[in-house]
Order: sequence, then C-alpha cells, then structure tokens
Amino acid sequence: MNWVALRMLTGDRAKYIGIVFGVAFATLLMAQQASIFVGLMRNTTSQIRDVEGAGIWVMDPNVRFVDDVKPLSENDLYRVRGVPGVAWAVRFYKGLARARFEDGNFQQFILLGLDDATLVGAPRDIVLGSLADLRRPDAVIIDEAGYRYLWPGEELALGRTYEMNDRRAVIVGICKASPTFQTFPIAYTRYSQATQFVPNERKVMSFVLAENDPALPRDEVCRRIKEQTGLAAMSSPAFAQLTIDYYLKRTGIPINFGITILLGFVVGSAIAGQTFYMFTLENIRQFGALKAMGVSNARVVGMVLLQALVVGVIGYGLGIGMAAGFGELMAAVVKTVPPAFYMAWQIPVLTAGAVGGIIVLASLMSVRRVLVLEPAVVFR
Amino acid sequence: MTPTDLAVHCRDLTKEFGDGADKVQALRGVDLEVRAGEMTLLVGPSGCGKTTLISIIAGLLEPTRGSVSVLGSELGKLSPRRLVAFRAKNIGFVFQQYNLLPTLTAAENVAVPLLIAGAARRGAVAKARDLLTSVGLGERANSLPSQLSGGQQQRVAIARALIHEPRLLVCDEPTAALDAHSGQMMMELLRRVAVQPGRAVIVVTHDNRVFGFGDRVVYMSDGRVEKVEEQKRAA
Repeated sequence: MNWVALRMLTGDRAKYIGIVFGVAFATLLMAQQASIFVGLMRNTTSQIRDVEGAGIWVMDPNVRFVDDVKPLSENDLYRVRGVPGVAWAVRFYKGLARARFEDGNFQQFILLGLDDATLVGAPRDIVLGSLADLRRPDAVIIDEAGYRYLWPGEELALGRTYEMNDRRAVIVGICKASPTFQTFPIAYTRYSQATQFVPNERKVMSFVLAENDPALPRDEVCRRIKEQTGLAAMSSPAFAQLTIDYYLKRTGIPINFGITILLGFVVGSAIAGQTFYMFTLENIRQFGALKAMGVSNARVVGMVLLQALVVGVIGYGLGIGMAAGFGELMAAVVKTVPPAFYMAWQIPVLTAGAVGGIIVLASLMSVRRVLVLEPAVVFR
Repeated sequence: MTPTDLAVHCRDLTKEFGDGADKVQALRGVDLEVRAGEMTLLVGPSGCGKTTLISIIAGLLEPTRGSVSVLGSELGKLSPRRLVAFRAKNIGFVFQQYNLLPTLTAAENVAVPLLIAGAARRGAVAKARDLLTSVGLGERANSLPSQLSGGQQQRVAIARALIHEPRLLVCDEPTAALDAHSGQMMMELLRRVAVQPGRAVIVVTHDNRVFGFGDRVVYMSDGRVEKVEEQKRAA
C-alpha cells in the first residue's frame, strides 16, 4: 500500500509540486532568515576569529565585547608575561581610525595594530603583496572587501596612499578578512605604526594576546592571569561568546530578527501545513473507500505519514538547498559589502526539526480526519 | 436451503441515528436472508434504509439492535481488526460514485484489493489487466479514471470489486450515474461476471428498469422490508 500512497501523492504533478514547494519555501524562509541572523552575530566576532596564533585574550575586566576597548597600560603586558604558564604575550591594538583620501573623502577604518616583532594576529590570506612588507614605513595591509568598497570597479593595486591622523599610509598588501559587523574597511599595521595613526593617548594598548604553555590547560592559565593581574583573560571562543552575548542581550537585533524568524516559521508553517492538510482532505473520500475495502486504520495512518515524510524530505532538501544557494549567490555577487549569511550546522538541524514538526502536526490533523471517517461515508 | 447457501442472515436489525428529538430510525427490525449464487436487489424510495442496511451487512456500520451473520460469521462478535480483515477478504464493493483513485490507472485501481491483501504489485496489476479484458476494457487498462466515461469507470469499479474473488458483492446504486442503455449494460455485465455459485450479490437500486436482473427483489419502505419477490430466470 506504500506504493498506492506514493501514487496518490505524486499522481497529480501540479498538486504534488505545489505541496513540495510549500514545504520548500517554508524551509527557505526559516533557514535563510536564521542564517542571516547567525551571520550577523558571527560578524561581531570576526576580528577575534581572524587572529590566529594566540589562544588567549587579556583585557580590562570591564570589557563587554570586542569593540568595547578599554586601553591597558604597558605594565599590564609585563605582568601577563610574568604569570607562570604563559608561554608568550604580545601587544595588540584595535580601534577606529579616520582616513582621508586624495579626493578629500573621509572613511572610518578598523585599525588593527600587530606586535612589531612577531606580527601575531596578521591576516592569514594575502591576496596581493606580502606580509613581510608590513615592516616597511607607513605600511598597511587592507582587506579586499574594503578595497573594493573604497575603489569600486578598480583592479587591486599596491602603492595607493591615504592619510590617517595626518600620517601617510601606504597599501603594501591586500588580504582576505572575515566580514565585520560594522562593515568598515580593515587596515592591519604594526603596533608602533598604529599608535601613530590615531590621536595620542596615555594608554593605547587594547588587548594582550597570549599563548599558554602547552603543558597547562588554557583555562587554567586564564584563571592564573585573572588571579595574578586582576585583568580579564579568556580563550578566543569564550571572548567570541562574550561578544555575541552582549549583542544578544544589549541590542535590539535578537528581538527584531526574532520577529522576522518567527514570522518565517509562522508563514512557513501555515503554507506547508495548510497545503498538506488540504491535500489529505481532498483525498478523504478515497481513504474512506480504502477503509471500506479493508485497509486498517493503522495502514491508513502509515500511508498519510509516508506521504508526509516524502513531502517533508524533498521539500526540506529543496528549501535548504535554495537557502544555501542564496547565501552563495549573494557572496558571489556582492563583493563590496559581503552579506552576513552563515549557515551554521545547527540551522539545518533546527529547520529540519521545525519542518518535521509542521509536517507531523499537519499529518496528525489530517490523520485525525481520516481516522474518524466512517467508511460508510462512501455509500452516501 | 442449506446453511452454506445462506450468505447473509439479518435478524431484527434496527439502526438509529442521533439522540432525543433528533433521533432518526433508519431501520426498524429488518429480517432478511440473502442466498449465495443469486443477485438480490434491495429497492425502495430514497430514505427507506437501503444504504443503511448494506452498510451494516458490509460491516461498515454497527446496528443499534439485532444481529447480522455474513458467510457464517456474526459480524457483531468480530473484533474491529478482524472485521477489517473479514471485509478485505470476503466482500467486494461497487460504489455509486465509483471511488476510483484518480491518480492510478484503471489496471492499478483494479489491483488495489490484491495490494490490500499483500499481493506483489506486478502480479496484481497483471491479473487486473486480465480482468479488465473480461469486462471489455482491456484497451483502456492504462487510462486514468478521468480519461474514462462514467460507464467505463463503473466497469473498472466492478472489476476492482471482483479481483480478489469475494464471496459477497455489495453494489450501491451502480446504475444511478449512467444513462438507461449504459445501466442495462452494467447490470448485464454484473450478472455475467459477478453472479456465480458460492457468491452472493446485493444490489441497491431505485431504478425500476433494472429490477428484472435480480433473482430476488427485496422491497423496502420506511426502514422495513415490505415484501420479497422471487423472480424466475432462465438458466
């Protein structure tokens, strides 16, 4: 009878495609909106993720997220270096700088100052130029998306200059960088250079980047730093989580996006559930005839659930595919401001659960109608 | 008449629908015997209880009072599960509205009772094609119901009702949706392919032009059997 159930489902192509696409669009709505939300949240932590080589971030204990910079003193660096279990520790500058271009335009930059000696935190993927050139005077490496935003339609080229804090900056490299929440261009430079590119302040060091002795657990070293220096110390993932938590709790993004995602779920559920429910209702007389001919209630339930499973799996697959395709397409088309789209593995899983829930609910409603159906209805 | 000749035995069947002031008595103490090897017509005006009676005989409705024995089994004593299995094995149905599955071909529709019984699809559809040939629809085995006329659909429904060789065939107004000529042809077909020794055929109808096809005609009125007429037929 499984074959009969499938033929009932797929026999009318137009109706079948309608149901499948109902589920597919419901999936698309949920997965796409959720992916944009996760992408946005992920963008808030891009500069933490992009810093490789250092597993521990040390900061003022009042820092709430990565952009909430509260400068440290040079002494703090030496105190961190003195904590047993710290393999090494270096300076790191993170701030905003205002750049002025030849045509008189101004643009805010995210300025990252790397330790002069080690260049810890340097971009890993240099598209043009060389990381070694960062040691040249006035050198900066900027991210590709920022370059394309500043000079749209132009070929990538080295040697362009602009000013920050009345100091000349020369582009010696172009790199890939994760999209940022603020969407400003990113400029990497040496720490000593960075301090020249921003107005002078008494304390300029934003963070201390450190690495633990491999013999000790990272969390233990973080605990020691905290205990001995009074500074906050955490692993990169913990700092990223702190940042995301801040945005979730202190901004309107989750509420606003939550409403959008909720709407996606409601609209998607309504489309998918209604379509499938109507499909079963349209076949109610056929189910009645089958029951009269000796198909048991359990078998009928099995038939309806099989139809739901097929519709759910195919619709979900198409919907997730469309959502992923949307993300890929946007990334390929929009080069200047990469879209905040990130489909974490949890999104397909949660969406599958939601779509499954919708289909099961619609099936149960349909099945209920079929179960209470008197087979004698076929004689009326 | 030996017990094996008796396919259906209804005793004092009463069926009520609703409660209180809304209560409707569809059957009022019906006693009826239906013999194997015969076509019994249940006739009477609309609302006289014909459909209720065959629904009870077919095990689709429970009587309020009374009992019904079909092919030697007391339906009231069968568990719901056994009743479903009993229907699947022993009873064939021809519905007024055909109730063919619209997305299945004629042959696939005919094969459905065999699939319900657990037969393999390929063999079931092959047998269905043979049966369609015997009802004159061999050429239309691959047609969808929507591509068939009303008469053709009813012939498919008859083939479907017979494919698992049931011992009781229940037909509800099989000529109601057909013109006079098609109705006559349908009854001829039913007599030819359905009426066999060991199988009882019950046809509900209010079409008096087909009364002549029955071996017995049971006249019903207001939930009661008014009279039973035996009809002599040439062998």
